[in-house]
Amino acid sequence: MITRQRLAAGVCALLAALTAGIAFPAPAAAGEPKGEPAPQVDLVLDVSGSMRARDIDGGSRMAAAKQAFNEVLDATPEEVELGIRTLGANYPGDDQKTGCKDTAQLYPVGPLDRTEAKTAVATLSPTGWTPIGPALLKAADDFKGSDGSKRIVLISDGEDTCAPLDPCEVAREIAAKGIGLTIDTLGLVPNAKMRKQLSCIAEATGGTYTSVEHTDELTDRVNQLVDRAADPVVTPVATEGATNCTNAPALKSGLYTDREEFGQQRWYRVDVEPGQEVRASVSVAADRAVNPDHGVLLRAVTVQGREIVRGEAAGNGRTDVVSTGLRYPKAESDDDSAPAETVCLQVTNSFSAAAGVKTTPGMPLELTVDVVDSPSAASDVASFGLGRGWWLLGALILTGFLAGVLWGWLSRWRVAVWRTN
Amino acid sequence: MRVTRVLSAALLALGLATGPAAADSSPSPSASDDAAAPTEAGTSFRTATEIEQGQRATASGSTGDYLYWSFPADAAQRPTVRATVKLPESHAAETWQIDVYDGLRRRQACQYGAQTRTAAQGTATVELACTLRTVRAWSEPWANDPLPGTYYIRLTVVNVPTSDLGLTVGAEVRVGSEDIGGSAAVDGSLAEPLVPGIAVKSASDDDGSDSATAVLSSIEPDDGWASGWWSDRWLWTAMGGVLAALAGIGGYALTRGPGRPSRVPPGA
Repeated sequence: MITRQRLAAGVCALLAALTAGIAFPAPAAAGEPKGEPAPQVDLVLDVSGSMRARDIDGGSRMAAAKQAFNEVLDATPEEVELGIRTLGANYPGDDQKTGCKDTAQLYPVGPLDRTEAKTAVATLSPTGWTPIGPALLKAADDFKGSDGSKRIVLISDGEDTCAPLDPCEVAREIAAKGIGLTIDTLGLVPNAKMRKQLSCIAEATGGTYTSVEHTDELTDRVNQLVDRAADPVVTPVATEGATNCTNAPALKSGLYTDREEFGQQRWYRVDVEPGQEVRASVSVAADRAVNPDHGVLLRAVTVQGREIVRGEAAGNGRTDVVSTGLRYPKAESDDDSAPAETVCLQVTNSFSAAAGVKTTPGMPLELTVDVVDSPSAASDVASFGLGRGWWLLGALILTGFLAGVLWGWLSRWRVAVWRTN
Repeated sequence: MRVTRVLSAALLALGLATGPAAADSSPSPSASDDAAAPTEAGTSFRTATEIEQGQRATASGSTGDYLYWSFPADAAQRPTVRATVKLPESHAAETWQIDVYDGLRRRQACQYGAQTRTAAQGTATVELACTLRTVRAWSEPWANDPLPGTYYIRLTVVNVPTSDLGLTVGAEVRVGSEDIGGSAAVDGSLAEPLVPGIAVKSASDDDGSDSATAVLSSIEPDDGWASGWWSDRWLWTAMGGVLAALAGIGGYALTRGPGRPSRVPPGA
């Protein structure tokens, strides 16, 4: 009986030990981002004659904008540097040439003095033309000497009146010049043409477009956009991919931006030590009207031109970006002095656009590179080669049982043989 | 001897009865903290709002915006993303879609769920869902299998008339996941989960520099990433070993039988 009790106790102990194994490591705390350069926001307000129309909550559009600005100025987070620019505020005449130069900096982008900014806003009265394009160009120059994120918030109640300069093209050029500049647009009581133009401006820079019919909508949205600017984000590093691997820029772990035209190839190089894994993801943004079928191909190629691995993505329909990624673990080497392998990354796209759509500057390309340590490859598909399930238990029991029977017969036979002799 | 047999059989039966119960008891995440749920969404991969599984994140945006969230998914989980879009009072027919991308920004297929849905004119809400494949601890670099790490949700309208562009909409997303457990356990694991920017992050951690900067993704599950060595396959295998031993004893005991009566002389 003692033997049996020991057996039972052993089984229990074994089970207990195995169950106790279900323990997980404690989480490590993630660091709070701080010490970032100040994010900058430039509010660009349309003060054209049409802002006199009294169709927002019974008041004039101008009154709604002023009220919204007052509330936004109160709610602006401390770290945000805010500026205000007007368009069409000063020239009441009929001359288009003069009217289209009518944009002024009402409050410079910098640390915010709420009272001063509010006083400046109070002086505004609806006056002139709607020179959106020129105002955006000037607004882009308002940002100076900061690596932080930059955001233009354009509030307008009419489409641009300064043809042939297309504000959409202007927005794209501005985005191509600077890094991390986004234009968000808000249309006050918009019509179809205006919606198209303002959302085109927004999409050209990865911004958003909102239609506004009420004062509180305007306040909420502008507040939301200013808050978004305050969120710390990683600022990408500008790079320029080459047309072949030999001349390609060498990249380390990080976030990069570039521009890629339709049908263009971009090459980059990453050095991978043995026992490291390179991870790359790429997104190409559709910042203009493109045909609905599109794709992006990212290939990792050796310097000799052999393809190692590829990531491909294709899509159809409305999209902001098309993205794909790949990873390539380089096997450990026995030789400690084994050199790092140069992996060439090739990015191509199959975007296309209707005739008449400008192809320059290229579409924004965002590339993330991570080089991390990699483990050796798995030797078995199953976890540690372990089994699982009823069939496994059945097979083991049957084997055990047969082994027991065999052992029993063997010992009986041995005893019988011993006794006969 | 009869006692032995009875006991062996009883132990065997006991083993079979407790086996699956013990084996299937794997930990399941049930994080639910609505108090701190985010009320904003990002507008790009870079600015995606980080949410946790079980959280009900809300955001307001405009029709035409691309709204991004990111969440962590660990090995052996099968995440399901659900999104509800509250549409404005009057609108034309619109088609909404959620897409899920992994940490390498590769689009991940939905096993089932209404990933794309058209809201008829005047409908108040659209419900979307996407159930991913089970996240594996490891896969070939050439495969597109879901791996532990950051996952991105993108919610947008894919088909919208110009008249509806810019109208305010509300969005709500939540991510739940089913724990698939050991049946999805594979050998091998990633040295680092597929979290974008993890190389930059760990490099600055190593420097010991206090000037923490913004990171692409600082996402991590509540209880950390699974180390990858544990799966209920250990229980099944150990249980199999125990049962086999018991069956062995049982089989041996059977052959002993009542035996020859001891008083019968040998050779009789």
